[in-house]
Order: sequence, then C-alpha cells, then structure tokens
Amino acid sequence: MFTAFLIKYAEIGVKGKNRYLFENALVQQIKYALKKCEGDFCVRKTDGRIYVEAVSEFDYDETVAHLQKVFGISGICPMVHVEDEGFEKLKETVVSYVNTVYPLKDKSFKVAARRARKNYPLNSMEINMELGGVILDTYPQMHVDVHKPDILLNVEIRDKIYLYSETIPGPGGMPVGTGGKAMLLLSGGIDSPVAGWMIAKRGVKIDAVYFHAPPYTSERAKQKVVDLAAKVAAYTGPIYLHVINFTDIQLYIYDKCPHDELTIIMRRYMMRIAEHIAKETECLGLITGESIGQVASQTMHSLMATNEVCELPVYRPLIGFDKMEIVDISEKIDTYETSIQPFEDCCTIFVAKHPVTKPNLKIIRKHEHNLVEKIDELVQTALDTEELIIVK
Amino acid sequence: MEVYLDNSATTRCYDEVAKLVCKVMCEDYGNPSSMHHKGIEAEQYLRYAKETLAKLLKVNEKEILFTSGGTESDNIALIGAAMANHRRGRHLVTTRMEHPAILQTMAYLENQGFEVTYLPVDREGRISLKDLERSIRKDTILVSIMHVNNEIGSVQPIAEAGELIKQCNPQTLFHVDAVQGFGKFRIYPARMHVDLLSVSAHKIHGPKGAGFLYMKEGAKISPILYGGGQQKGMRSGTENVPGIAGLAKAAELVYANLEQDVDRMYEQRNLLIEGVGHIEDVKVNGCPGRQGAPHIVSLSVRGVRSEVLLHALEEKEIYVSAGSACSSNKPQISDTLKAIGVEKDLLGSTIRFSLSVFTTEEEIRYTIQALYEMIPMLRKYTRH
Repeated sequence: MFTAFLIKYAEIGVKGKNRYLFENALVQQIKYALKKCEGDFCVRKTDGRIYVEAVSEFDYDETVAHLQKVFGISGICPMVHVEDEGFEKLKETVVSYVNTVYPLKDKSFKVAARRARKNYPLNSMEINMELGGVILDTYPQMHVDVHKPDILLNVEIRDKIYLYSETIPGPGGMPVGTGGKAMLLLSGGIDSPVAGWMIAKRGVKIDAVYFHAPPYTSERAKQKVVDLAAKVAAYTGPIYLHVINFTDIQLYIYDKCPHDELTIIMRRYMMRIAEHIAKETECLGLITGESIGQVASQTMHSLMATNEVCELPVYRPLIGFDKMEIVDISEKIDTYETSIQPFEDCCTIFVAKHPVTKPNLKIIRKHEHNLVEKIDELVQTALDTEELIIVK
Repeated sequence: MEVYLDNSATTRCYDEVAKLVCKVMCEDYGNPSSMHHKGIEAEQYLRYAKETLAKLLKVNEKEILFTSGGTESDNIALIGAAMANHRRGRHLVTTRMEHPAILQTMAYLENQGFEVTYLPVDREGRISLKDLERSIRKDTILVSIMHVNNEIGSVQPIAEAGELIKQCNPQTLFHVDAVQGFGKFRIYPARMHVDLLSVSAHKIHGPKGAGFLYMKEGAKISPILYGGGQQKGMRSGTENVPGIAGLAKAAELVYANLEQDVDRMYEQRNLLIEGVGHIEDVKVNGCPGRQGAPHIVSLSVRGVRSEVLLHALEEKEIYVSAGSACSSNKPQISDTLKAIGVEKDLLGSTIRFSLSVFTTEEEIRYTIQALYEMIPMLRKYTRH
C-alpha cells in the first residue's frame, strides 16, 4: 500500500548555514542505500524535507531495512501518495488508509493537514474537520483526541497528496561523509567493528587496516575480517581495507624483546603502521575498539604506551563500555555472529602467559631500541606489500 | 609445485568422470522416472552404474542403493536398521573411532532410547575381536565398524569381525563404513558377512553429492526419506543421475589398476614416513607398513600447532589437513586421536597427509624437504 517515505532527520536541522551540505550528503547516502534495493526510487529534497518515492514496484520490507541503515535518518514515515482527484476521493482514500493501517480501530486520532498548495479549495482547518468527521462517521468506535492522539494522521497537500501516520525509527547520527575520514584498526573480534560503526554514525567515513600473520593466522581469519567490514559497510558505504602482513615484524619483536612485552610493542607498531596509512589516505584519526581494562593491553598504562606513538588522535568510542554492552550493539548491527567464529588473530598467537599490564614507558622504549637494526626495513616492506581490498 | 595431499577430505575428479557428468547434465538430462525416451536414456545410466558397482563388489545389482554420499549411507544404515528392528532389540555396537556420521547418528539413536556400546581401540587404532565378541548380545540389532579410519588410516579386520558377529548372533546386521577403504582394498561384502556398506564417490575421484549403500537382500531396513517412491521406495527423490554415472565411472577407473596404484601409494607413504622419521620429535600415528591404509599418514609434530604447520605448508602450495582443529577460542579435539591415546601435548599438533593415484614421488620428496625446513623454524616461535 505504501508508495513513498518521508525521511525525518533530527540533528541536521540545527546545523545553521551548513545545513544544505548535510542534507545533500543525506540524499546521497539514501540514493546509495536504495541502489541495493529492488525497484526504482526518486529521492527529492523539497521544503526542508526529504522524500523517497517509489517509481516502480518495490519491496517494502527490504527498502525500510536499507533506509534503517542510513546514518542521519531519525525516522522513516511510510506514506501513501495519490493524485489530487477532488476532496470526495480524498475522503475515500483516508478512510481506506485508516481501515488498512489500523484494522482494530481501537485508537484515538487527530488529523493534521498541511496545505503547501495554497490554491486547494479547503484550508487546513477545514480539511482537518472534514476528514476527522468522515473517519468518525465510518468508524464510530474511534475517537478524536487533539492533545495526545494515538494516531497523528498527517495529510499533506502538495502537487500530490500524501498521507502518513507511522514513524519507523532510523539509526540517528549524521550522514556519512560529512565528518571526514578515519582509519579503523579492525581485528576480527567483537569490539572493533562496533567501534567503527559508532564513529561512522557521527558522519565519519571509515577505512580499515587489518594485520594478518600467515602462517600463524589463516585465510579464513582474513575472510572473517572482510565479512565484518562488509557488515559495517552496509551502514558506511564502501570500506577500503588495507591488509598488512605482520608476520616478520612480529617474529623480529619475538626475537629481540622480552616476551611479556611482546603484545605492547607489537601494538605500538600496529599503531605506527595504521597511522602511516591513515596519513597517506587523508584520514583525520585512528579508531580502535579498546575498552579500559578489558585485556592486558587495554589497561590505562598500556593504552598510554600504545597511544604515545601516534600523532593523530585515536578515537576509542568503547572506552567506557562493558563487554555486554558492546555485545548488545554488535548483535544489533549484525556483526556478532561473524565476530565469534573461532579463528586465531595475530594478537593472540604469541601472547605471553603473563603479559605486562603496567608497562613502564622508559623500559618499553629501551627494549624497542633492540629493534633498531632491521625494524624500519620490515615496516617498509609490510607497507609496500599491503593488499587493498575494497569492501562493499 | 602444487601438492595436494588432502585426498581423504576429497579428491580431484578424473577428467573422464567430469566429462561424463557434464554430458549427462547437458545432454542426457532426463528424469529416469519419465516415460519418454529421455527418461529411458537416463535410466540406462542408473542400470549401468548398478551393474558396474555390483560386479566390483560381487553382489547382486538389486542390492545397490544410490544415496548422496557417505553421511546419508551411514544414516540410512543405522537409523533404518534401528527403526526396522527395534522390536527385536534396542542395542547397537560401534567403535570409539568412527566418522562423525556414525558417532552423531548413534548419539541420536541413544536419545531415541537405543543403547550403544562403543568398542575401545588400541594404540594403532584397531579394535580387539575379543571385545567385539563380548559386546554382542541377543538384542544387538546392528554392529557398525569403519573399514579404514579417515584420520590415521588404521584398517579394521572386517572379514574376521563379520564372521564373529554372525557366530555370536546371526540376526545382528553388520554395517561397514567403507568411505576410505573402497577403492584401496577389494571388498566382497558377501564373503565378509557384511550386510550394509557405505561408499562415497568424491573420495575415489568421482563427483561430490553421490554415493551408495550396499544393502544385502533381505536385510530389514526402513527408509528415512519418503516421497515419490524411487529406488523401490527405499530412497525417494529423483536420482542424481550425473552423480551416479560419475560414481560408477570413477569406481571402474579406480579398480582398473588397483593393485599397482595401491603398491605405489604404499611406497610413497613409506617414503614420507621414513623421510620425516629423521626429524626430531615427529611421531607417526596408526599402523605403519601394509597393516595400515596405503594413502593416509598421520604425524604428530611436538611443539608446532597443527593449524600453523598446515598454513606454513600451504604457503608452499602443499595442502594437508589438521588432524585435529584447535584454536584458542574453541578447542576441537578429535575423538580418533583421543581414542588411540595420543599424548595430550600432541593432540593439537597432529596433521594428516593423504595420497591419491595422482600423487607423485617428486611431490612427496618436495613435501619432506619442506617439512625439514619449516619444522625447526616453527618450533622457535611458540606461545610461552
């Protein structure tokens, strides 16, 4: 029955003179999301509102599901749109709308007409009264409540006539692309895809870097990360995934540094490499899925040690989250099932039984000095041999 | 050089088989149940396949039931026997070292109120006939024993077991999972007192999704699939004609030079076992020599995780299988390796090499060389 959607956006509305930029970005994102849906759509920005109109047969559920993944949308109102064929015809349409959408007819309602086309023969108040009357006449079990109606039936008179009353929640946030770009360190665990999603929700475009360590990690572990990137890309649009072979660096650290500091030193190199790629690709920050105290490398001391090597800001949106809260989001965004597949990632393969939890920066730096002979060359090789996967 | 040594997982299709399968799919694609010429043409493939397989096993062609492969054959044998004979008894016997298609089906039957005895195996993975004799009771409806174990290649004494079972209880059905044994050993169910025998096509260079169950005439088995009544109602569903044609062709080809091929595989297997014997702390599981299967070598490499060794070999284009997949998140330790008493330390360090008629001596030498080079390297870097 529904043939169009009114897109509501909360936060963009307050963006002063830049507002049009945000709106245009949102229209772009909506168009991109709808490309994946069956059917053709017309996305229009008029009078400070965004309309999505189906211009062919389409799949309602699929379309709503895709719109619900467009950041910046706070609500999606499914609409019926009809040609103006006179007021009598409109009455019939409204009655049949109420009948279909509210088969139980046990609710209070209010009609809210808006007349953008001022030459329509009735004014807004008259439309409200007439249409309210015909609904009451047809369904006497319903009643009008002008203050707190269960159903707010909107009737918009424009070039065509639009009816809507329901709002499906959108993901909120801001349209991707309005907030610059950031580099996500994607591991294959539960946390990092959620972290990427959260930052993207604020309008940030995401690229990602993944460190693999063949033969210690498998091709399936890499595939898992590609799958996770694809889940996040459903919200953010295409993700450039930089795959870095980390084996030689890892083994070199293993040879030269104390074993209980391996993870910290390794992570320092991951941050350095990620930052290098980030700068080359015009990213304005790094994103990690770290949360204070979750593992040895995420204590305050360890975070300080890994943070030290970066100039770019490191965004850690999960920093104050408990594991269960992170799991809840990962289930919501459908990354959980993929994340829990049991493939070893490169952070755990050589992990010490008792890794340091309070690394001393001076000592770490001193031990890192053991690497001076070959590490630059190994990092350069890792960068030169990166594999770029564009995940859509 | 690409070296495929994972033939117990699946094999490369013979070119001739692939061509035939393609021809049946694209040209002779009729439904064997159709009454017109196209149907009859398709039916000919089924007839021919039955004749071929029956001849190889020296059984009656009526006794061949086409299935989707090993798992389905095992399921029909076990569940079908249990359903058809539950009034006579509710006891089944198998070994601790079976394929999951047997062990999981047995677990299902236990849930349905059947009782299952699991025979232990020795260090070389063989059951004892004494244990078998003691396990058979008046109410034992079926004994299921694997012919060749898929992980370590141990071979069970099928003929002796068959004779013994029938002595103890002539009414007990004897099922043999011959998925790994068929095409390596000549199997004659009638002489070996085998009532049911499972075979899969893709382990003998045939297509995936095809196989058969030999069912001795008169063996009481209930169907587990119902429908259009194909294959005399024993297994409804349109027959997989291309798969079945490919199965028969592959069986024919694998039997054509069976003895020579098997001898060559034994030589290659010995070469591999002797070659790795010189590497410190590498242990061969199962029975060496002619007591074991010609195509399977299971190695435990102390201090190296099987997954890592597998991927390291993969970098050299050598494809093998982890004897027991083990990762930090979810250890999956193999029942077989536990059953033969592999040390705890070695359970996660076991890999399997499995050969085929396509394997060459050069490939084996290349593999030995690769193992020589990588094992000391991999041992250097471990989790502390």
